[in-house]
Amino acid sequence: MLILALLISAGLSMGLGAVQIPLKEVIVILGKKIGLFSEIPVSIQHEGVLNIVRIPRVILGLLVGAALGISGTAVQGIFRNPLAEPGLIGISAGASLMAVIIIVLEATLLVGLSNIMGYYIMAFGAFAGAGIAALIVYQISRTDGKSNVATMLLAGIAINALAGALTGLITYAADDQQLRNITFWMLGSLAGATWETVISLLPFVLIPLLLLPGMGKALNAFSLGEIQAAQLGLKVNVVKRNVVILATMAVGAAVAVSGIIGFIGLLVPHTIRLVIGVDNKHVLPASALFGALMLTISDMICRIIIAPIELPIGVITALMGTPLFLYILVKDKKKLVI
Amino acid sequence: MLIADSLTFEAGRRALVRDVSFSIRPGELLLILGANGAGKSTLLKMLSGEKSPTSGTVKLHDKEINRYSPSLLALKRGVMNQQNVINMAFTVSEIVMMGRYPHYKNNPLVNDSKIIQQVMELTGVNDFAERSYLTLSGGEQQRVQLARVLAQIWDVPNALLLMDEPVASLDLRYQQQTLAIAKMLTKRGFMVISILHDINLAAQYGDRLLLLKNGRKWYDGTPAEVLSSKNIYEVFEIDSDVYTNPRTLKHFFIPKDVKITS
Repeated sequence: MLILALLISAGLSMGLGAVQIPLKEVIVILGKKIGLFSEIPVSIQHEGVLNIVRIPRVILGLLVGAALGISGTAVQGIFRNPLAEPGLIGISAGASLMAVIIIVLEATLLVGLSNIMGYYIMAFGAFAGAGIAALIVYQISRTDGKSNVATMLLAGIAINALAGALTGLITYAADDQQLRNITFWMLGSLAGATWETVISLLPFVLIPLLLLPGMGKALNAFSLGEIQAAQLGLKVNVVKRNVVILATMAVGAAVAVSGIIGFIGLLVPHTIRLVIGVDNKHVLPASALFGALMLTISDMICRIIIAPIELPIGVITALMGTPLFLYILVKDKKKLVI
Repeated sequence: MLIADSLTFEAGRRALVRDVSFSIRPGELLLILGANGAGKSTLLKMLSGEKSPTSGTVKLHDKEINRYSPSLLALKRGVMNQQNVINMAFTVSEIVMMGRYPHYKNNPLVNDSKIIQQVMELTGVNDFAERSYLTLSGGEQQRVQLARVLAQIWDVPNALLLMDEPVASLDLRYQQQTLAIAKMLTKRGFMVISILHDINLAAQYGDRLLLLKNGRKWYDGTPAEVLSSKNIYEVFEIDSDVYTNPRTLKHFFIPKDVKITS
């Protein structure tokens, strides 16, 4: 059902925006790519919009949404806390700090880099930033070879504050154009979508998407407690390291191409758990799908609501997410224990 | 066979466990008693492989416990911990099934489902098998955890079961039930070691009692050998009378009032 909803919303999303293309035409144009409907004529302008703008944008939305959704679930599993999300333990802040540094330095140091290299630099930089932040938080919280979740969350808050302050500091070195870029990007946007961004993001998201769903059993065992998980034969530190690397990879790259899009990593796993239960074997793939769906719909809304101008997607996810989240909280107070 | 050989555990300069040696054969129920801070939990953690002793060794089936891989060890021994905190709303049957995780790779087999059904009936958690663990009372949660640990070693020959105060929040009926389950498992060749606080419960079910004081083994023997007013006073510093139940010939003790002068 999720997959069906995803396909429909992806189709709709390709059609809607500053230039409206009917769903039927979208399907025909997509069909042409695999050799179907070759006899039906379509508008060349529409085909161009789809090929150059809409399709990469929708794919980017799907990838980023899936990355944020599944990483949220995985990080919550490792931290054994339904409140944890990549934003909370400093991963997003680390990624955004590096990305801002790159935006500001680009004008002075990195001039002349080709476009595609630029995207990769951004992706790698954000991944590195996310990784460094995660590593610091992880190391601080370790004592006697075990990690303390409370310390980890507090360290995450500290790293967030530090990265936020440094980001603020660096923006003073930015010129007007860069500042606008930074602001827009801090609220999150898929507007930068091109085939190049899609390709640069693809490996960073695909690897976690393929590997994380296989860790459902391990994450379930984790929820019993780290000691209990070890008693069930789990190599606790290996699992923890792998999950942190994969989640960092996905979130870092997603932040690099689309900025900070809040709420998906927190909201998606919660919603999924309330609907299908908490078994991570199902929650992991479902939250990738639901994250992709949420983001596609949000992106569609932010394109059409005051077209031809676009809203930052972070505004929409927060506007949509918060009421839904609060509704779930109030409705299912008893099911949620934090 | 489990052999603990002169186990010592030091934290900083303080020795929490000092030079404790004992062994246990398949079919034995060994109960560890002692005052708070006597080193019971630390000893149990060394037996389970969670903590490495500062000196001394633990051997399970002739192989040192820290030379087992975690996954192999999980197929030989189960541990019921004193504290179990779960924040996610797993159902009872999902949690019990986690006990079978070491036995299957991706999906549970028919045998796994059969075993969790058996242990859930045995521990009396079957009635709320599909309820969220978070909605259960403390005692019910403890029984679910027991079911999970039993599921882990149910079909393992000569398995080792370690329990740290398994009856702490149980009502009278399930206190008896838990020890009766432990006893039944020993009949099937299990080795069961459990920390208990209730001396009468220990005397009722234990094959052997191990009394710890200040990290040292103070007494080790059958309840009849170990339980006397004098020994209890030495280890717990309370006065008591020890009697023999004329019907079962087992010892039981009645503590005397403690006088507090202000």
